[in-house]
Amino acid sequence: MNDSDGKRMLWVSHMVRIRDNQDQAAFAELFEHFAPRVKGFLIKSGSDASLAEECAQEVLATCWHKAHMFDPARASVATWIFTIARNRKIDVLRKQRRPEPEELTWGPEEEPDQADVMALQQESELLGQAIAELPAAQRELIEQAYFGDMSHSEIAQKTGLPLGTIKSRIRLALERLRHAMK
Amino acid sequence: MEYDIKHHLTDDILMAYAAGTLPEAFNLMVATHVSLCDACRAEVESYDAVGGEVLALDVPDDVALAPGSFAATMALIAGGPVQETPVVRAPGSILPGPLQDYVGGDLDSIKWRAIGLGVKQAILPTSREASARLLFIPAGAAMPDHGHNGIEMTMVLQGAFQDEGDYFARGDVEMADSDTHHTPVADIHEDCICLAVTDAPLQFQGLIPKIAQRFARI
Repeated sequence: MNDSDGKRMLWVSHMVRIRDNQDQAAFAELFEHFAPRVKGFLIKSGSDASLAEECAQEVLATCWHKAHMFDPARASVATWIFTIARNRKIDVLRKQRRPEPEELTWGPEEEPDQADVMALQQESELLGQAIAELPAAQRELIEQAYFGDMSHSEIAQKTGLPLGTIKSRIRLALERLRHAMK
Repeated sequence: MEYDIKHHLTDDILMAYAAGTLPEAFNLMVATHVSLCDACRAEVESYDAVGGEVLALDVPDDVALAPGSFAATMALIAGGPVQETPVVRAPGSILPGPLQDYVGGDLDSIKWRAIGLGVKQAILPTSREASARLLFIPAGAAMPDHGHNGIEMTMVLQGAFQDEGDYFARGDVEMADSDTHHTPVADIHEDCICLAVTDAPLQFQGLIPKIAQRFARI
């Protein structure tokens, strides 16, 4: 099942506790929830179990060390952890550098507006619900696009479907998501 | 913001950047464009959010952490953060940060090689599935007419160019594929510098450019 709205804000407050107080209890809960998901993501991306375990530990350790970089007005905790895991995947599995855009971050003294944080976390909840409610075939396509280390054309080869169909299906799924978020 | 970007990256490319499935040269294009374009940045971050929600949704039944996983992670934390070399970037450069990282500095660090008619290029170090290069086109000059086997994306960093009736200025990206034959011409007012990435070698029309292509790797 999906995280509830309150759960999302709870993860945000866990990140604040980790950032401000090096709170190990908060980190333990975050770890218990996300570390298996990160490991699963890396295994689906083609890693063997022991490498995925090692990387999942590194990803969660990075969450601790970079807690001050997390901006809850721009991302849910799940999204932020996903981006760290994705970058680790490119680094370790694909052995490439990951060029990142110039960063837009809050200054050391500033905090995002609490209303903006609430709004973003609620929108993430709607997005999560919309994904959960997609027909299974469409949801699997989205998962393949993110977790399979392959391009849209490779998905087409694997499933034997023409490329145009795949693309329009993914697009349809995304349009549903966008609509659901309005 | 000096110029309103009119030609953006496509949804496909932005989604694949978020998913982490693009070749390195394409990632460099996205990171460079997004550094200048908040519309595409928001788009990328919304695709990041899709990735985050799929991660949150999926409870893998057959995936279990190794015994002692948490203790091992706390030991990693106790060992301190991974040392990252501090990024030194020239302020006010026409090269956005990610591009400076690949050039190894500002404009004066680019190792240009002449490829004829005043046009110069510098190939950037990326993985081999796709290539990235900087192009220097003198004001008013044309790139040789060329078609493509794969996808080519060209983004303006300085100056501007005109192609088949469209005008491309700083931050704008021209997308071309195997159906496109085009002849970009640099705006007369200023030398044009672009970032171009492609996942296949370009095909030039005419014999001389074809021979030159073998040596110039364009």
